[in-house]
Amino acid sequence: MRFLRQCLTIAVKDLRSELRSKEAINASLSFALVILLLFSFAFDPTAEHTREISGGLLWLVFAFAGALILNRSFSRELTNDCLEALIAAPISGSALFLGKALANMLLLLAVEMICLPVFGVFYNARWTGQFPTLLSVTVLATWGLTVIGTMFSALTVNLRLRELMLPALVYPMMIPALMAAMQLTTLLIAGEPIAGEQLVWLRLLIGFDIIFTALALALAETVLVG
Amino acid sequence: MKENNFRRNTLYGLAVLAALLLARNLHVILRGLPDEEEQGAIYRIIFFHLPAFFTAAVCYLLALVSSALYLVKRKARYDALAAAATEVGLAFAAVNLITGMIWARIIWGIWWTWDARLTWALVCWLVYAGYLMLRRAIEDPSERARNSAVLSIFAFVSVALTWKAIEWWRTQHPGPVLRIRGAEGAMDPAMESMIYWNWLALLLVGAVLLAVRMRQEQMAREIDALRRHAHAL
Repeated sequence: MRFLRQCLTIAVKDLRSELRSKEAINASLSFALVILLLFSFAFDPTAEHTREISGGLLWLVFAFAGALILNRSFSRELTNDCLEALIAAPISGSALFLGKALANMLLLLAVEMICLPVFGVFYNARWTGQFPTLLSVTVLATWGLTVIGTMFSALTVNLRLRELMLPALVYPMMIPALMAAMQLTTLLIAGEPIAGEQLVWLRLLIGFDIIFTALALALAETVLVG
Repeated sequence: MKENNFRRNTLYGLAVLAALLLARNLHVILRGLPDEEEQGAIYRIIFFHLPAFFTAAVCYLLALVSSALYLVKRKARYDALAAAATEVGLAFAAVNLITGMIWARIIWGIWWTWDARLTWALVCWLVYAGYLMLRRAIEDPSERARNSAVLSIFAFVSVALTWKAIEWWRTQHPGPVLRIRGAEGAMDPAMESMIYWNWLALLLVGAVLLAVRMRQEQMAREIDALRRHAHAL
């Protein structure tokens, strides 16, 4: 119970400071919209085409936008040695990690929920058909991305080149979750159910979330405190 | 000094053994074994393609174990072992990828296809390349060791997911051919035993490379310590 309260405190603190400064979320959202625009030049956005690649397109946008949020997650604490203060605070490293991951997930989800309708308008896609399922897949995949991303944000926080390092490290690690999310989203936007052979993607996504959440919680203390 | 000599001699011995075994294997592969019925001469690439992957997998596993050991015991030599194993593993994984591509060009007519197995092998390679990048970027030795050990553990999970994923999807890549993977009679016993012989040879090569790399890491640490010492003076 206390652990959860500590996580929530950290998450609320992160969200509040983000909502006041709007640094990461503004950058992330406008970047996402720019990529959505750029993709329309890469291929002919007819209904047929879009249906085939909608999942891949959306998740690439989300992954790129997410990296901007995740990059800031720990590095924003560097000014005035806030990170030292957080580590010295009477909470465990895993609570700190989980709180930050939670805040990142909510921020990224907000960006995604704005991008989805924009995507629907620009690319003429009907994404509302199976919205509850789509939302659950999105939440699962976003959690996977943020757990990995927050962990790597902590790993690279002290590097001089962290803005360059984080994407190179984090995207290959995210691939299982991204692939699963892309396949499932394409199916859902095309109006097909997730059944039969496609269930393997859902299993992969859930397995990815569970394994990496457990590992991250176990290793957070080591990464943050030493 | 005496210990150093012993180590060096063992290393030379292993290297000579590896070279001899490789030469013998090459002789049998090229002169002893006949062409395969359907593929012709190109099938011989499997004697490097498969053992290279096995050796890379052993290296990745070794990196995982030594990374975990480092986090528990905090001894610099486990960190050196993990770094060396990852580098050697990457080299063998590259051999695996490249030989596979050459084979694919001849048999499938294309260098690459986005088949699950190929994709995952490439993903593993990129993940471990990231590990080496991270090591270069961190200057403080103990922070480098700690953070890269954590990354190595994360990386291995994605390798394991990859390993399972191969069984979940139908792939264009040929299925298991070895008896230990339950493929009874898929391959002539003489050819199958050759795969194991060549695996042994590549493992020996890998062990020699690993030892050389570890020695380098150790020297680099000594030099670093001396430099710090000189700086302090």
